[in-house]
Amino acid sequence: MILRVKLFAVAKERAGRESVEVEIGDGGTVRELRAALATQHPPLADLIERVRLAVNNEYARDELVLAPGAEVAVIPPVSGG
Amino acid sequence: MIKLVHEPIDSQAVLDSVASHDAGAVVLFLGTTRAVTHGRRTASLDYECYPEMAEKKLAELEAQARDRWPLVGCAIVHRLGHLELGEASIAIAVSSPHRAVAFEAGQWLIDTIKEVVPIWKRENWADGTTEWVHPGLASGEND
Repeated sequence: MILRVKLFAVAKERAGRESVEVEIGDGGTVRELRAALATQHPPLADLIERVRLAVNNEYARDELVLAPGAEVAVIPPVSGG
Repeated sequence: MIKLVHEPIDSQAVLDSVASHDAGAVVLFLGTTRAVTHGRRTASLDYECYPEMAEKKLAELEAQARDRWPLVGCAIVHRLGHLELGEASIAIAVSSPHRAVAFEAGQWLIDTIKEVVPIWKRENWADGTTEWVHPGLASGEND
């Protein structure tokens, strides 16, 4: 399945765009998504192990299984306030 | 009350939103744009967020604060976009029957927002370079 992944801040800057598409196997997990992001989008490779990922607006553990159509986002360490 | 805004924050309006005759204390926190960070001079800041998740997380934090402390009012307003020096990027106002609770809840809210709410700031340094701030990420300046 193909998932669209939203990018913010340094991730958006590195990729040069606001989102990227990533292909992973059906029933793939967040861990597999990280690996796929790194190989399919090399500018994000060194970043991807050091950021949190959100699925459907919630921080996601690496074991979480992704459903088709899930809203996924790369969340670099936050700095609001 | 939770708001993400692109215009200057009206701190009096934030205070008014938590005013109540049930409150004996109101605490207002403003986060403002600082001129110097770790010896480097800032020209301005830009903030961006993941809107849907930021609103959800802010609402969760308000609910958690209300569970934990007997608050009367609770308001969080975060500004986005371009900010000049001295401008407020966030206003948090809490009201409660007694002051200890209002101070404690206000401190907890700003500390927790800085850890979990997907909002990011970019330093526009006076030397013309820019840098997204990502605490703990090796290449970034931490705050």
